[in-house]
Amino acid sequence: MEEGTRKSGDLWSGVALAALGGYIVVQARQWEYLGPEGPGAGFFPLWYGVAMLGLSALLIVSQLRRGSARGSAIAWTRLGRALSTWFALAVSVALFKPLGFAISFALLTYFIVAVMYRRPLKTAALVALASAAGFYLVFDRALGVPLPVGILGF
Amino acid sequence: MEIIAGLLNGFAVALEPANLFWCFVGVLLGTVVGILPGLGPPATIAMLLPLTFNMNPGGAIIMLAGIYYGAKYGGSTTSILMNVPGESASVVTCLDGYQMARKGRAGAALGIAAIASFIAGTVGVVGLMLVAPPIAKFALSFSSPEYFALMSLGLALVVLLAGRSIVKALLAALVGLWIASMGTDLFSATSRFTFGQMELLSGIDFVVVAIGVFALAEVLVNLEVREETRLLPVPKGLRNLLPTMQDLKDCRFAFVNGSVIGFLVGALPGGGSTIASFLSYGLEKAVSRRREQFGTGVVEGVAAPEGANNSETGGALVPLLTLGIPGSGTTAILLAALVLWGFKPGPLFIPEHPALFWGLVASMYLGNVMLLILNLPLVPLFAQVLKMPAYVLYPLILGVSMVGVYSVSASMFDLLLLMVFGLLGYLMRKLDYPSAPLILGLALGAGMERALRQSLMMSEGKLSILVSRPISAVMLSFALLVLLIPVFGKLNAWRLRALEQG
Repeated sequence: MEEGTRKSGDLWSGVALAALGGYIVVQARQWEYLGPEGPGAGFFPLWYGVAMLGLSALLIVSQLRRGSARGSAIAWTRLGRALSTWFALAVSVALFKPLGFAISFALLTYFIVAVMYRRPLKTAALVALASAAGFYLVFDRALGVPLPVGILGF
Repeated sequence: MEIIAGLLNGFAVALEPANLFWCFVGVLLGTVVGILPGLGPPATIAMLLPLTFNMNPGGAIIMLAGIYYGAKYGGSTTSILMNVPGESASVVTCLDGYQMARKGRAGAALGIAAIASFIAGTVGVVGLMLVAPPIAKFALSFSSPEYFALMSLGLALVVLLAGRSIVKALLAALVGLWIASMGTDLFSATSRFTFGQMELLSGIDFVVVAIGVFALAEVLVNLEVREETRLLPVPKGLRNLLPTMQDLKDCRFAFVNGSVIGFLVGALPGGGSTIASFLSYGLEKAVSRRREQFGTGVVEGVAAPEGANNSETGGALVPLLTLGIPGSGTTAILLAALVLWGFKPGPLFIPEHPALFWGLVASMYLGNVMLLILNLPLVPLFAQVLKMPAYVLYPLILGVSMVGVYSVSASMFDLLLLMVFGLLGYLMRKLDYPSAPLILGLALGAGMERALRQSLMMSEGKLSILVSRPISAVMLSFALLVLLIPVFGKLNAWRLRALEQG
């Protein structure tokens, strides 16, 4: 990632982590800190929550002091490819319940081969079918590892 | 005498046909994983961990350890033939290994890498065998304050060497501690950070986070580009893979250097094989009579780092098995594996489970022999693995990751969490947050909190117990010093140089 992009990324990740630290501290204060039998459920989270707040504040301040990262470019194509794959993966997981593992995984593989790698549709279909069948035979049939089952029964 | 008896018993365990088979499977898988750039041992071990739940724990740990050290043998192949390190530990092997291959000496480079790996890997196991039992005996005197201090020190060392920014590494470790806190508090039965989800009452499974942060994130990073790398020709025939007598003579010091540095760095939490290989390469260059030729294809430049990254495995298992403290992402996953199978790595691990410990040690001797046999004549065959198209490989990794997570508890919720942690792992890489401290924070979080709370119960709430006992005081002071290193300019410059090289 470009240096400037990383700088603004540091700033925003610092803000997100500060928010998480704040949330942890607020939650931890609702639990017992120190009871008659020793430290309670809130003791440890409170301390690491405070540490998270402090460190993320340090990160934010150091980024602000270094100045803004205007003019730097994010490698959108790279990011887009990775996030598209992640989204396809999430969709395939969501399809496990209605379609089952085999079909959903075949669709995911088809997407990666045909769209992400721009291979011929025939190749994509072949790889998708072969890998889905391979997973079903190896894990479900041979190893007895359960796979999500859809309305079609596999 | 005790060690010899233990080792003989270990060989009896390791030579059982089933264990021998799992050892072979582990080193074979490890070699393949090592050869494939972009798929590392932590991701592979995390993916395969759920599949070992129904296995005999002895066979399972032998296999997972085989993947761990086998990957280091395989990692050199792509460094030498493609100038692309299969593992981060093999980065430095590119410097001279690839140059040797370009000069037509790929066979000698691959051969010396295998021989150095074998010698140093074996020395590392000898070190583990000799050092682990006395350390475990010493650690028997540890109580909760010492354990808390030890875990803090381990985490501090990992944070120190995990990334350029200590602040980011610390934040990653704190996120790991937070994830470890999710679920029902075992002391008070309070539910913490469950967001009203029943599924979170029992906490988040380590496997889900490890697979998401390592395997999924690795695939997403690799999928960003569609480039292919060209392979240099692999010489056929064993004779072409054997280094000359002069090569072996030139590598005498490199074998010793790699073995010793690798083991010592491995035993230090946070050290890791990448740093071990760079230190050993640096030392080799510093004492060499032909230091100006380093980087142009000298054989010692391959032997020293390859030896060091293999010897490191034996060293890394010392704190893991005797103190229950992992020093890297991979050993954190091995720790989780042992805990999931019902074992408690620590001072009592060796006396309570001698067959498991000595069986593992003996299997590592056998595994190193298997790897030497596999890696010398079969390198051309393994190199064919590189011809597997990325568009076939990556869906397979995604599939194994999903099956691995689903097989733990047949829970769709865990699969959703896998997506979340996959995205988190990817963003962490893009934003330069190291993932090892997060995994270590997660692995050590519950133990750290328990040790701290037990210490404070012992002292009736007084934090001074942590510094009034000599061992914990020394370890906590050292942890504090480690975290203050960035404040001291020269020391921080050394740290950054080590990280840049790694």
